[in-house]
Amino acid sequence: MRFRFTQSVIDTEGARRELQDLGAGGYVSFEGWVRDQNEGQEVTRLEYEAFQELAVKEGDRIVAEALQRFPVKHALCIHRVGSLQLGEMAVWVGVSSPHRGEAFDACRFIIDEVKHRVPIWKKEHYRSGDSGWVNCERCAAEPQHSQAEHRHRAASNPK
Amino acid sequence: MNPAAIYGLILAGGSSSRMHRDKASLQYRGKTQLDRAVELARRHVSKTFVSVRADQTLDPARAQYPMIVDSVDGRGPIVGIRSALAAHPKAAWLVLACDLPFLSNAAIEALLRARDPKTLATAYTSAHDGLPEPLCAIWEPAAAPVLAEYQAGGGECPRKFLIRHSARLLDPVDPRALDNVNTPEEYAEATATLEKSAPMPLKIQYYALMREQAGRSEETLETSAATPADLYAELAARYGFTLSREQLKVAVNSEFSDWSRKLAANDAVVFIPPVAGG
Repeated sequence: MRFRFTQSVIDTEGARRELQDLGAGGYVSFEGWVRDQNEGQEVTRLEYEAFQELAVKEGDRIVAEALQRFPVKHALCIHRVGSLQLGEMAVWVGVSSPHRGEAFDACRFIIDEVKHRVPIWKKEHYRSGDSGWVNCERCAAEPQHSQAEHRHRAASNPK
Repeated sequence: MNPAAIYGLILAGGSSSRMHRDKASLQYRGKTQLDRAVELARRHVSKTFVSVRADQTLDPARAQYPMIVDSVDGRGPIVGIRSALAAHPKAAWLVLACDLPFLSNAAIEALLRARDPKTLATAYTSAHDGLPEPLCAIWEPAAAPVLAEYQAGGGECPRKFLIRHSARLLDPVDPRALDNVNTPEEYAEATATLEKSAPMPLKIQYYALMREQAGRSEETLETSAATPADLYAELAARYGFTLSREQLKVAVNSEFSDWSRKLAANDAVVFIPPVAGG
């Protein structure tokens, strides 16, 4: 299983060990952290929720695609669910590879596809007392904008 | 002031002249249309009555239910509606004709949600001609004197009445929902259609915004929805989902699916709002 969820703090050391390989000349990882603001609103905490049965299948497919597309050794993605505080790690991606270029490419590919395809939802709680499901609430008000936004990666909102 | 409580009124006093049989006694899926209509209304209102002519009160099919006997003179369905308004002057009435075999729970829910008690009635418009459908409608207590005046002036048609008076009108959720059955040919066609789309149990799981708007994380329900698209229309009418179907994906049995896939009994369906992982 190359994609999994956890309810608790992501064990990056353990995850990194799963990627070790004597044929790998290096390893690249990406950590997504909970940021204190989004689109002008001050964020106080986040909740992640996933449709896990399908999300694990889709996440596994993404990592398998990365392994097929790029000549890397191993890849793994771990996503947190539940309530997270500011600064906590929401997602971790790691790739080990004979050469660094492919490791960077595969890592980028995995995080981009995960954000785009895996059924995970994020509820932001704001300083103002409001809260909202990211990508859902604004779309409901402006359905004409939603199409382009969801079909393509949210490049304007990188972690 | 709170809006008037709503009672159900099933109109079963018609002459069924084109059918050559009492329309209330026609069976669909093994139940008479009268029983189906009463059952449907009872899911939504606390009391339901059957509207009958004076010469129908001994009919056992009707007499098993509380009845409201026509108490005013005149012709047509307005007489039944006025008699109900006279019998319980403080109640509003969910009026349902007895020849609407495709009428669904979802259609009644949407009608009740759209109700505007400041008008004389809340009604669907016809999918065929866009005109109001007075016999699947909520009639408010304030309609009583206006209906009386209309009949005194020779009016008989509740549809014309709604065109001329203040009514809240809404478009039908499902264009077939209000198709009525008047002839033996229409009856044969309706029974065949209903047999084909017999209701089946589906399991629906809700996540994130959908869970909050549905007020639950899962449910099993009996539905005639043939595809995920039909099911979403039914549930969106029930729960008032803010996202349109075009904004969602759908999964059946934990795998992404087409909206037009044919659903089977016990399928597990999940509507997937825009995702936001990472």
